[in-house]
Amino acid sequence: MAQASAPMAAATPARDLGRDLAGLALILAAGLAGYWLFPDNLSFLTRLISVALLVLSLDLIVGYCGIASLGQAALYGAGAYAAGIACLNGVTEPFLLILIGAAAGAVTGLLMGTVMLRAHGLPQLVLSIAIVQLLHEAANKAAWLTGGSDGLAGMVPAPLFGLFEFDLWGRAAYLFGLGLLVAVFVALKLLVRSPFGMVCRGLKEDPLRVSALGISAFPVLLRMFVISGAVAGMGGALGAISTQVVGLDSVSFELSANALVMLVLGGLGNLYGALIGTVVFMAVEHVVAAIDPFHWMTLVGALLIAIVLFAPRGLSGTLDEAARILARRPRRAGP
Amino acid sequence: MPAASLDVRGLSAGYGQTHVLEDVSFSVPAGGRLSILGRNGMGKTTLMATLMGLTRRYAGSIGVDGRDVTGLRTTGRARGGIGLVPQTREIFKGLTVEENLFVGLKDRPRRAIEEAYALFPRLGERRRNLGSQLSGGEQQMLATARTILGQPSILLLDEPLEGLAPVICDMLMAAFAQLASSGAMTILFVEQRLESALDFAEEVIILERGRIVWAGASAALRADGAVLERYVGVGGLH
Repeated sequence: MAQASAPMAAATPARDLGRDLAGLALILAAGLAGYWLFPDNLSFLTRLISVALLVLSLDLIVGYCGIASLGQAALYGAGAYAAGIACLNGVTEPFLLILIGAAAGAVTGLLMGTVMLRAHGLPQLVLSIAIVQLLHEAANKAAWLTGGSDGLAGMVPAPLFGLFEFDLWGRAAYLFGLGLLVAVFVALKLLVRSPFGMVCRGLKEDPLRVSALGISAFPVLLRMFVISGAVAGMGGALGAISTQVVGLDSVSFELSANALVMLVLGGLGNLYGALIGTVVFMAVEHVVAAIDPFHWMTLVGALLIAIVLFAPRGLSGTLDEAARILARRPRRAGP
Repeated sequence: MPAASLDVRGLSAGYGQTHVLEDVSFSVPAGGRLSILGRNGMGKTTLMATLMGLTRRYAGSIGVDGRDVTGLRTTGRARGGIGLVPQTREIFKGLTVEENLFVGLKDRPRRAIEEAYALFPRLGERRRNLGSQLSGGEQQMLATARTILGQPSILLLDEPLEGLAPVICDMLMAAFAQLASSGAMTILFVEQRLESALDFAEEVIILERGRIVWAGASAALRADGAVLERYVGVGGLH
């Protein structure tokens, strides 16, 4: 009988837990390093965390369920507008605003999923684009509620824990966002490893086989859509709290497409990949756009082509492979 | 879910415009075992797939414990108690053994997968391996265990021993016998290995070009060299 390669067979629950804790420690360390090393860029870093939540949410449906979507900003924008409108109407507690964003994203996810899951493949992709464009247009037209093309402005969230103001330097917003990201990341790790997460991955691999096991795809995928909406909505709410502005760009096709690019860059079906892709894309965009504001997309495009051609599993897949090769070396060197 | 009886009446089915099964009728009592024999391409796998709702049915009915499930889709039939272990195994190769088993749990608690490891201890040893890293025999064990976890009342085993080493076949047959003797499920067993098929079931049907051409006790078939020669291509058994 064929035997599995030893390095792949060696994973144990203890090792998994160790890797998870190391991963979390790395996220926290990188986050805190960002706080100390880039004190003048905390607004940008908070925006990065907000978009990372969007990309994580996209990974749930694209990477784990195989649903094609170019409309994820609809969920992000719903969260952003809901939090913004709530804040302007007197609900200023930041945690409550995050919950409102999550609820708005989840409800939008429920509606979007109900429509999108009726189709597959390219028609599904077209539906996602249509939905985000519809919401974009609705937000533009409903100026009395959303501020139209001017957007919502003037939100003043209450101080965090009643102590830390969301000030111009963005320190409170950044640490708040970092805490939120870590909490969401842990929750999503548990989710994708649960039997429910396995059913989703099974559906992505072979939907017919899953149905032969007595599991209906639609309710499972719809549930994931709602969870994805809640996560994206939290990202949108964080963006609204930190920038205190909500514009039409938060519910745009462009943001949806960028999120997909970040996900492919980092690696589909891997939560770390979603984070890595977001950091690399936004860092390149931030640095290169400052150097050459007219041609920065050229570099991003070249980077993406290189990743797709030479690292089809994304940056996280390549890092995984490198780690596996390194882990194999001492065994070969042994007696 | 306790074992259920299966009643198939006048079943005709196929793929697109191609009829593969013609007027197939048979019954299996609750907790019974039935082996299905026939040469390659005679409709055995199509029969399994049709019982699971995976092909196009033209006529006939399928009853489970007296309840007509003909109108149900695949998911409904699986929920109604039919479980298929397909010939191609179709495990999720990107998931580990344990993750594959999680998919089969439905709403059962996680600890239920220990039942799978008790039936196939080898899977317990390989629980952290990806499906793509398993041998053919281990894949078969995994496909069977994943279906069993859903507690089907009727288990359809489609050529589970195909292409496997004798020692693995023995392990699988021991597990199937254990399942059958528990009385928890009715088992339909499609197999090319004649000895295994006759040893396993009390009753046998033989399919020839999509029709049942022989039905009876396995002991009677074992003694009838002419039927075996004609429909199965084996002159006789020791």
